[in-house]
Amino acid sequence: MPKDGGIGASSKRREDVRFLTGRGRYTDDININNQTYVHFLRSDVAHATIKGIDTSSADAMPGVVRIFTGADFEGIGSIPCGWQVTDRHGEPMQEPAHPVLAQGKVRHVGDPICAVVAESLEQARDAAEAIELDLEELPAVVDMKAAVADGSTKVHDDLTSNLCYDWGFVEENREAVDEAIKSAAHVTTLELVNNRLVANPMEPRVAVGDWNAGTDDYTLYTTSQNPHVIRLLMGAFVLGIPEHKLRVVAPDVGGGFGTKIFHYAEEAFCTFAAKQVGRPVKWTSSRSEAFMSDAHGRDHVTKIELALDADNNFTALRTETYANMGAYLSTFAPSIPTWLHGTLMAGNYKTPLIYVNVKAVFTNTVPVDAYRGAGRPEATFQLERVVDKAARELGVDPIELRRQNFITEFPYATPVAVEYDTGDYHATMDKLAEIGDLSGFEARLEESKKRGKLRGLGVNCYIEACGIAPSNLVGQLGARAGLYESATVRVNATGSISVMTGSHSHGQGHETAFPQVIAEMIGIDESQIEIVHGDTATSPMGMGTYGSRSLAVGGSAMVRAAEKVINKAKKIASHLLEASEADIELKDGQFTVAGTDKSVAWGDVTLAAYVPHNYPLEEIEPGLEETAFYDPNNFTYPSGAYCCEVEVDPDTGKVTIESFAAADDFGNIVNPMIVSGQVHGGLAQGIGQALLENCSYDENGQILSASYMDYAMPRADDVPFYEVDHSCQTPCTHNPLGVKGCGEAGAIGSPPAVVNAVVDALQRAGKDVTHIDMPLTPGKVWAAMNG
Amino acid sequence: MYAFEFERPTTVDDAVKALASEDAQALGGGQTLIPTLKQRLAAPETLVSLGGIAEMKGVCIGDSGEVCIGGATSHATVAAEAGQYPALAELAAHIGDPAVRNRGTIGGSLANNDPSACYPAAALGSNATIITNKRDIAADDYFQGMFTTALEEGEIITEVRFPVPEKANYQKFVQPASRFALVGVFVAKYSDGVRVAVTGASEEGVHRWSEAEEALSADFSADAISGLSVPADGLIGDLHGTPEYRAHLVKVMTGRAVTASA
Amino acid sequence: MTQVSMTVNGKAVSGEVEGRTLLSGFLRDSLNLTGTHVGCDTSQCGACVVHVDGVAVKACAMLAGEAEGAEVTTIEGMAKPDGSLSTIQQAFQDHHGLQCGFCTPGMVMSAAALLQDNPNPSETEIREYLEGNICRCTGYHNIVKAIMAAAGQDVSKIAAE
Repeated sequence: MPKDGGIGASSKRREDVRFLTGRGRYTDDININNQTYVHFLRSDVAHATIKGIDTSSADAMPGVVRIFTGADFEGIGSIPCGWQVTDRHGEPMQEPAHPVLAQGKVRHVGDPICAVVAESLEQARDAAEAIELDLEELPAVVDMKAAVADGSTKVHDDLTSNLCYDWGFVEENREAVDEAIKSAAHVTTLELVNNRLVANPMEPRVAVGDWNAGTDDYTLYTTSQNPHVIRLLMGAFVLGIPEHKLRVVAPDVGGGFGTKIFHYAEEAFCTFAAKQVGRPVKWTSSRSEAFMSDAHGRDHVTKIELALDADNNFTALRTETYANMGAYLSTFAPSIPTWLHGTLMAGNYKTPLIYVNVKAVFTNTVPVDAYRGAGRPEATFQLERVVDKAARELGVDPIELRRQNFITEFPYATPVAVEYDTGDYHATMDKLAEIGDLSGFEARLEESKKRGKLRGLGVNCYIEACGIAPSNLVGQLGARAGLYESATVRVNATGSISVMTGSHSHGQGHETAFPQVIAEMIGIDESQIEIVHGDTATSPMGMGTYGSRSLAVGGSAMVRAAEKVINKAKKIASHLLEASEADIELKDGQFTVAGTDKSVAWGDVTLAAYVPHNYPLEEIEPGLEETAFYDPNNFTYPSGAYCCEVEVDPDTGKVTIESFAAADDFGNIVNPMIVSGQVHGGLAQGIGQALLENCSYDENGQILSASYMDYAMPRADDVPFYEVDHSCQTPCTHNPLGVKGCGEAGAIGSPPAVVNAVVDALQRAGKDVTHIDMPLTPGKVWAAMNG
Repeated sequence: MYAFEFERPTTVDDAVKALASEDAQALGGGQTLIPTLKQRLAAPETLVSLGGIAEMKGVCIGDSGEVCIGGATSHATVAAEAGQYPALAELAAHIGDPAVRNRGTIGGSLANNDPSACYPAAALGSNATIITNKRDIAADDYFQGMFTTALEEGEIITEVRFPVPEKANYQKFVQPASRFALVGVFVAKYSDGVRVAVTGASEEGVHRWSEAEEALSADFSADAISGLSVPADGLIGDLHGTPEYRAHLVKVMTGRAVTASA
Repeated sequence: MTQVSMTVNGKAVSGEVEGRTLLSGFLRDSLNLTGTHVGCDTSQCGACVVHVDGVAVKACAMLAGEAEGAEVTTIEGMAKPDGSLSTIQQAFQDHHGLQCGFCTPGMVMSAAALLQDNPNPSETEIREYLEGNICRCTGYHNIVKAIMAAAGQDVSKIAAE
């Protein structure tokens, strides 16, 4: 029987009611009296020297309040990077300045040059057209390998080259890995591209800056996954506004997927300009603008080599990756191809020797940073593709080759510096065989053949690392932030509870799932518990939501705070019941004295805390409110096995997804309905990456896929119903809920399944195709089939 | 968008008058023009909506049995009411998406002549007659390259007349992002011969594939074109498909259209 | 500036607009009906779908002036008269057919238009009908399922949890 409340129940989402009736309050729904509108005049060339900017005609245009240029930001801080990677030689990465508005040069199409603040958006656009720019075009640096070749044009003149860093991991293993590969019985090599993607949350970014002349307080309303992080980065590093004078609000946010983690120039501009013009300043991104100003994702070029012994045991793995940083370092960009990618290269396998080399490269393209999965999809894709290729080269079953090399004993310390606490990879593979009906594939293959279609089956595993922590470790790795999470549990006098969390919900359903945990702990109805988030004025300092961390880290903070509350409430109850504190039990909202029928209700205890007439004032303070900061001592390691069946139309090369099954191990589950929804969404994004999505640049640095006319978003008819299962549960051993995180798994695990399936279909049809780079568009598949 | 005056006349005569003013532009359903205006790629002084002109809306059957469609008729209406020409109704039923079909019009589509649009293939494949406020234009004379037509300034498509073939079918292979035709082929078999019109493929816009027409006029079967090949010269190459791929698709889609013709 | 008048969610409304004012802008800015969302500028995402004279249209690809005299229904007008969720809205909540909520108004309006035309659509018909509505969160699984459920179909066999 499914539960009807608490942990494990598929409680319906309470936030849905406002979203379904048009009463959500997104940032663009916020309008402040007397506000102005800003339009950014952005570079339409990839690389140029700014020889001159003449705003004199534009200044005189109707409605113009003020036009800003890079010169207005002299002495203002640079948009900071939150992670410093150290290279193979112990040197820090090269870190260029990133001005709010371009100074001296423009470095990508979309780089903002001027900001026109006007009475209306259309007036701002009119005036922007009247600005005379004198841009001297420079050669565009687009191809990563050419960018780091001798003599390349430099994106940043003050850096020594376009190489941000050359990272080796684990550097001490390098020679041993080389040796193992040299002496291997078999080596499978694969060169591949992990295609550049645009996150495309359906809500474009918006920022509204407001400044109070009376108090000198600033407020920024912004589409962010982590308002406290924005407050810290923008206040401390860019604008020099102390935190107590700066409030950042991220109200309802229409999806993030990573691209709303970062601190963007537009946020700093609106906050800064609000004081300069003495009026609120609002910016609403158009979708076209989003394609050239939201940080992109992925964009790796990789060579991977897998060595096997004569018994098909993996003996070593070596990778060389070029990772595109774009023109500037976005907030977490340097960490993605390194600590979120190299540490995952063991995957689900007991490969004893691994060496990962990553060259991060500056190019004249939009900055690249975390996108759903962030580094882990890139690791999973190359590993699961090369394992599949090895199986085909060796003529062994791809599933059996994987099973043979699975890690089976936990905890397991990988050769790439992480320790998996729990997992059962055979269990998820067994479950996959069941829900994906793998034994029925041959029959479906025959049926497809009868219809003239080429059917293929692709299988893969994945492991990911979520809830990045602990802070002292990541600090050593270069993080310039802590990675804890916070929660305040405020019990009100009548027993209802407000939980102020540093996590941020932008689709994940925290407002429903988090109360389920508290309801379970106390035994009161979920409706008595409210989640408050998204406002630095109401929540304790928190790091926000990304990296599938909310429940594992934010939820743990909430549990810790709730435990403190319960402990104090028990003290109060013991006083009211005149019993020893040790004998007090809390169940179903009642405090009872063990072994007796004496009890007092939750609400009576909470009332006593705030009306402390009969209360042990000499021992404890009145009130019932506790805060906890939770800093995990390890990552969590969700894992799973996925399969995809495709049909390829031999006449056109068009691939259709016939079925997709995902067997995940997320540890314990709080709301199964929400977990399934998270997986569904991730799968669609992974299928999108595999078949449809590509952010393409031409050799001049122009974006070829700069709108939905050319960037193919997955639609309802591109995907099937998915079979998902999360009944395989090996709880996390080091957080109080035993949860692992589920937000990114679908996007991490699905691309290799799709590509493996297409390769399988083509090979079954006798085609000599071992790899096709994503996205597998009909034209590319057709070309591969036809040599 | 740049600022413009908006007018919504209720008769063709009033629309023609309104369009005679300096830098006036006609607005059909707006499903292409409004996004274009948003990008500031057009700057009309006056935008003259044709959506309020009742005499330009609806589907009827002409004296010689042709299907006559008012220039301001939406795709949805054609899909629902042009049942006498099933291939045409079916084509209309798959343009864009449902909301776009409720606004977009046949006159707007033909006046724009997007090289990847569906309607130009139907009009050319049927040798429809494009009727304007001034004259009748045969489809063979109407399409003059991508985004270029025989229409003069201020000329309005009031009606399009489609002679109904014995058999016809339209096959669209969609570009996955825009959902316009990467390649679309309209095949229509008339008593005096077969017409094959191709959209999406050529840098010259919609065009006829005369070799296929000849072969299919002799033998209306997919086999009849198996020996033909489409040269890639002059075909569109972009991130969605090379000229060679488009050339291949033209043949595949033509064969499928022949097989599916009813 | 010109005057436009129309009926929105059953109420007669009018306002001063420019020629270039979009219906989406009129609804959001003049009427403060911010449930109609704008997610793209090429009229593809469908977050702005409303009903005009009974059919689904994209409010960001229609001028306010074109809606003169029309009957417009937005997401704010979809609940039952007593304020409770309509059958379609309830099905979206019951089957987790939304996550961030941004595409949801357009999805609900498209779903309502579909069921009006085709009260018992197949899965394939639903997926095709949603061609003009992009969702980035749900992978469409639960949206399609919710619409099937709203049509009264048994969805218990469709993979869920």
